[in-house]
Amino acid sequence: MNVAFLLLNGTEAVHAAADTVHVAAVHEGGSQEIAKYLLEHVQDSHHLDLPGMTVELPHFAPVQFLGMSFDMSITKHVVFLWLAALLLIIALGIVAFQNSRRKVPRGFGNLTEVFIVFIRDEIALPNMGPGGMRYMPYLLTTFFFILLMNLLGLFPYGSSATANVNVTAGLAIIAFVMIQASSIRSQGVKHYLAHMTGGVHWALWVIMIPIEILGLFTKPFALCIRLFANMSGGHLVLLFLLGLIFILAQVPATASGVWYISPVPVLFAVALNLLEIFVAFLQAYVFTMLTSLFMGLGMQQESHSEKELH
Amino acid sequence: MEATALAYLAAGIGAALTVIGAGLGIGKLAAAAMEASGRQPEVAGQVRTSMLIAAALIEGATFFALVICILLAIK
Repeated sequence: MNVAFLLLNGTEAVHAAADTVHVAAVHEGGSQEIAKYLLEHVQDSHHLDLPGMTVELPHFAPVQFLGMSFDMSITKHVVFLWLAALLLIIALGIVAFQNSRRKVPRGFGNLTEVFIVFIRDEIALPNMGPGGMRYMPYLLTTFFFILLMNLLGLFPYGSSATANVNVTAGLAIIAFVMIQASSIRSQGVKHYLAHMTGGVHWALWVIMIPIEILGLFTKPFALCIRLFANMSGGHLVLLFLLGLIFILAQVPATASGVWYISPVPVLFAVALNLLEIFVAFLQAYVFTMLTSLFMGLGMQQESHSEKELH
Repeated sequence: MEATALAYLAAGIGAALTVIGAGLGIGKLAAAAMEASGRQPEVAGQVRTSMLIAAALIEGATFFALVICILLAIK
């Protein structure tokens, strides 16, 4: 089992190496060209690399809206976003159907149930109390969607859409809306606004309110940047590690010895790939956990005011 | 020295200092977590959860600085 796992990661590393071979053969330019190619792998692009061919994705003209122009063409990351959503709907739909028919879940349904119970018992209920069950669908969606997007980037010819700051910004905006909505729903609009002042003397409100509003925005912003930098940085490091072989091949001093040292970066890349799988799970968990933490912080005041009534 | 060279130099030094800060911070965190797990093995699970949360938050701050360094190097 472990051998198969290692072999799978080895093939991933070999596929990434094959990508860089393909391109190093095409551009014989210096390390600048290699660096640019590797950067393109992680960034968004208008074409899709499939084994053996390159699919050119449709370009749409920029849409003008409120003075800003949006480029709504379908790019590589959009395709992988849709792919992740489709896979999630299909896989989890099958799991839900199977689990509703059997008393004891088996197979893939069993594995999914482990994650769902983990999210319910470790993330939703401790942070949000019994009212947390209402937000379980949102937390589960967040967790599995981010997890699948992160993992798709580790396949050969795949790319993780979360390596795009726009995707993580969208996820963070949704988290922001959910945090505010959960606070308002459990406390009422008056208490929510009262919480904004922080309970100080009214003369200090002028200073308190801007700071509180700022604090309201930095938390989702940190969520966005953390996920984006983790994913894009991890993939970049992995690709550059393998690109090191080809960059060294360009330098005349080490060009002849490249054959002997090349197993070293490949082994490092295999180990780093395993770490990247762990980081994919970890970042999905951290995003979900911090969102539920912030939601729980907003919902806590509900129990405070109940205690004051007694 | 011209502006581009200074930008690259700043990006490199900035990234190095960022990683030093993150490494020190998360190292202290891990040391405290290990000690707590050693003293009370039954709460090792909770300690591990809190450690992961704190490590993720610290790394989040690190990545802010890293993104600035990357912007310096690219633009």
